[in-house]
Amino acid sequence: MLDVSVAYNRYKFLGHEFLTWLWYTIETDPDILTKADPDLASLAIGNRVVLENSRHNREETITIRGDGAGLEEGLIALKKGGKVTEVNLVYCTAEHEWRFNLKGESLAVSSLKTPQTGKVEKKEDLEGAVLERIYLVEKIVSLIYTLYTYFIAARLSADWDRRTVFRINKWIDSAIAGK
Amino acid sequence: MQLLSSTLSLTRYRVNGTLAEPVMDTIREGLKNHVIREIDNDPASKSVGWTTSDKPFTPDFEADSFVFGTSLVFSLRIDKKSIPAKIVNKHYQTAMRKRLAGTDREHLSKNEKREIKDDVLHRLYVRIPATPSMYDLVWHMEAGDLWFLSNRKEANEELETLFSKSFKLSIVRIFPYTAAQLLSGLADEKIDALHKAFPAAFDGGAHA
Repeated sequence: MLDVSVAYNRYKFLGHEFLTWLWYTIETDPDILTKADPDLASLAIGNRVVLENSRHNREETITIRGDGAGLEEGLIALKKGGKVTEVNLVYCTAEHEWRFNLKGESLAVSSLKTPQTGKVEKKEDLEGAVLERIYLVEKIVSLIYTLYTYFIAARLSADWDRRTVFRINKWIDSAIAGK
Repeated sequence: MQLLSSTLSLTRYRVNGTLAEPVMDTIREGLKNHVIREIDNDPASKSVGWTTSDKPFTPDFEADSFVFGTSLVFSLRIDKKSIPAKIVNKHYQTAMRKRLAGTDREHLSKNEKREIKDDVLHRLYVRIPATPSMYDLVWHMEAGDLWFLSNRKEANEELETLFSKSFKLSIVRIFPYTAAQLLSGLADEKIDALHKAFPAAFDGGAHA
C-alpha cells in the first residue's frame, strides 16, 4: 500500500468523482440507492453543494447554499469541468430523516443530524441511548461506504469511460438543456 | 457525552493487529496507563489521554463501563493552555528589566533571554487552567472498525499516536484510496487499475 499522505493527495480526485457520480445517481438511478439500503425512502441533495474546477491551472470554487436552491449553477460548473468536493445530503426512511455533510477528499462526515434518541434521565437509560445512536450513525456510515463500493467497482471497470462517463456527460447536457 | 449530542462529525478508521488475551483486560490496561493527566497548577502546556465519555473529568476505567453491546465507547481528551502573546511579552519584558537592574549591562545574552522566557512561561502555565476538549470514539472490535467523532486534524493526529501507544495496534484513516483498498473487496487486477487511475472528465462531453 502507498504511503498514506501520498495516497491521500494522489487519489482525492476519486472522492470528488464519487460525489459527482452520487449526484448523477440520485437524479437518474434511484434503484442503486435502494439496493444500497433497502430502508431508503429517498436520498436527496440538501442545502449545500461545493464544486471545484482545477482545469487550466486555476482553482475555481463554487458554493451553492440554501434549502431548495436551484442547482443550475452546479450543473453549469460541471459542464465547465468542475467536480463536487462537498455535499449536504438528506437521507430518509419511511419514518425518519438524517442530514449530513460529506467531504469528497476525506469521506469525512460532518454536521450529522440523526433522528432523536430517547432522553437519558437515569443512569440505566444511558446504554439504550448509546446503542440507539450507534445504530442511527451506522445507517449513514453503511450507506456511504456501500455506495462508495458501487462507485469504485464502476470506476475501475474497463467500460468506465465508455459507459459511466458517457452517461454522466449526457445527464449534464440534458439537465442543462431541460432547465 | 459527545455521541449523544445533536450533531456529530465522524472520521472512520480501520484497526489492524491483534490484542493480547484476555482482550478486555488488555484494553482496560491500555486506557488506564494513558488516562488523561490533569495539568492545572502544573507547568505543562498540553496533556493528551483517554477518559470515560460520560464522566470525562473523573475517569475511572475500573468502575465505569465503556462497553456498549459489541462496541467500546470512550473519549480522547486534549487539555491545552493558551496564553496570549501580549501577556507573555509583558511578563518577559518585566523580567528582563529586573535582571538588568542593578547591573551595568545594557543587554542580556541569548542564553539569558531564553532562560527568562522559559521561566516566564513556566510561571504563567502553572497559573493558567487548561481548556479541555473531548472527542468520543466508537470501536467496533469484531469488525476492526473505529469511528472517531472529529474531523479536526490535530485531534485525529493525537488519536493515531495515542491509540498505537496504548494498544500496540495501528489504525489507518479511511479516505478514498484506503476505502477502495481496504473496504471494497477489490481483486488484485482492480487494485492495479486503482493505482493506474487518473481523473475523469465530467463536462458534458465538452472536452471529449
